[in-house]
Amino acid sequence: MICQECGERQATLHFTKIINGEKAEFHICETCAKEKGEVLPGMNNSFSIHNLLSGLLNIEPSGEKMGRQYAGSLRCPNCGLTYSQFSSSGRFGCAVCYQTFGERLDPLFSKIHSGNVSHNGKIPHRSGTRLKIKRKLQSRKEELQKAVMNEEFELAARLRDEIRELESELSGE
Amino acid sequence: MTFRRFLQQALSDWMKGGGAEADIVISSRIRLARNLNALPFPLIATEEQLQQVTEQVERILASHRELPGLGRLELLHMNQMKALEKKVLVEKHLISPALAEESRAGAVILSENESLSIMLNEEDHIRIQCLFPGFQLQDAWHQANSIDDWFDRNLDYAFDEKRGYLTSCPTNVGTGLRASVMMHLPALVMSGQINRIFPAINQLGLVVRGIYGEGSESIGNIFQVSNQITLGRSETEIIDDLANVAKQLIEQERKARHSILETSRLKVEDKILRSYGILANARIIESKEAMQRLSDVRLGIDLGLIQGVSSNILNELIVLTQPGFLQQYAGELLSPEKRDERRAKLIRERLLSENNA
Ligand SMILES: [Zn+2]
Ligand SMILES: [Zn+2]
Repeated sequence: MICQECGERQATLHFTKIINGEKAEFHICETCAKEKGEVLPGMNNSFSIHNLLSGLLNIEPSGEKMGRQYAGSLRCPNCGLTYSQFSSSGRFGCAVCYQTFGERLDPLFSKIHSGNVSHNGKIPHRSGTRLKIKRKLQSRKEELQKAVMNEEFELAARLRDEIRELESELSGE
Repeated sequence: MTFRRFLQQALSDWMKGGGAEADIVISSRIRLARNLNALPFPLIATEEQLQQVTEQVERILASHRELPGLGRLELLHMNQMKALEKKVLVEKHLISPALAEESRAGAVILSENESLSIMLNEEDHIRIQCLFPGFQLQDAWHQANSIDDWFDRNLDYAFDEKRGYLTSCPTNVGTGLRASVMMHLPALVMSGQINRIFPAINQLGLVVRGIYGEGSESIGNIFQVSNQITLGRSETEIIDDLANVAKQLIEQERKARHSILETSRLKVEDKILRSYGILANARIIESKEAMQRLSDVRLGIDLGLIQGVSSNILNELIVLTQPGFLQQYAGELLSPEKRDERRAKLIRERLLSENNA
């Protein structure tokens, strides 16, 4: 069998991978595998995933066939990467790419991360301050609702003050 | 000369064995992918921008070289190392082949015991990796997390409220966390159960693969299980899910070991002791055969069929008999034939040193 990457050498590495229930087969030669950095001990940048990516990236949000042209020419103002360049390489150019391509990335992330599109983990101290306030605000609002329902008005008043403070902190930035 | 020290040390902590469930789990690894906010990601950054990454990190290192429990941290620039030296670091799982061969302004920071390695300018600006022997995902996570906090106090990370930590590849975004355990599963392979178990693990959003060898076939019965999903779950959830699956695999492997002993003891004994005999006497051995025989011997030790040989022999020799290491030991480049000779000699000597001790 011929390597599906270079189409030249004999494929010596064969593997299948199941991602979200879909089976994909890979046949590549050692040289290409090495280039891709996969199948070598201790590594994690999964070659097969990247191959799958180029397939996934062509998914357009439904009913947006018209928007394809537009999407392809979307360009990151910071690093200059276009959406179609991203589609073929499967790699972002910089942090601003994420904002530029915005919600267009949801189907891709959803497919890779089993339906998830937003972060639910650690927040950095420096750039994460705002998010921490937001999360705190959200939980205070929930507590306030509970307090009102339980007719704990003193607690509710305290929470309301805290919520105002948090909101002004957010808008003040 | 600083690099020599790393080589003389030869064995990273994870290769020395130990840790929980060490009869089955060889090592536990946590990797965090991070990028700086102000600079393009390494694949498209200019050489100068990449140097800014290493400079910023070097400044942080210079101000606190000593970290509790980690000793001195050492930074090695890829462009100042010989190809063979880099190969050895790859074989020890401390850096990736991509960093060794393709990176521009690439570097790695190593702790004294090599439980911590931080790759700079690989696919992402910063990749923090903690590699511990045995089943120690929690400890590895705590170490990686504290290194991450330390950088966070001194650097501006690329982070987005919705997407989390931003990475070059969409498969790492969110937590940037890849947790993995490397396991020795000879009895599950022998009994064929592995073919049933692995697809089930894939369905859980985890990836399993043979570490050495081609495709689904794994040489030396060593497998790595890791999380695939990095977005939408917390670090703790990701690590707990992986740990739970690993625990089930450990249990299944123990059961399988028990039952192969019960049902076919003589055959198993024969297989294991033949491998021991070959490793103790061979004059020429290819790496594939060496791995398989080492796996047998390791199983023999764990089953109590071979006495007087320490159990970390597998962890140790699998790395020491790789091409880079063999050549580093020899102090010269070796043809494949010469390597097979040296490999056989190294293994013989290693087994002999045990018997005399
Ligand atoms: Zn090829
Ligand atoms: Zn960009």
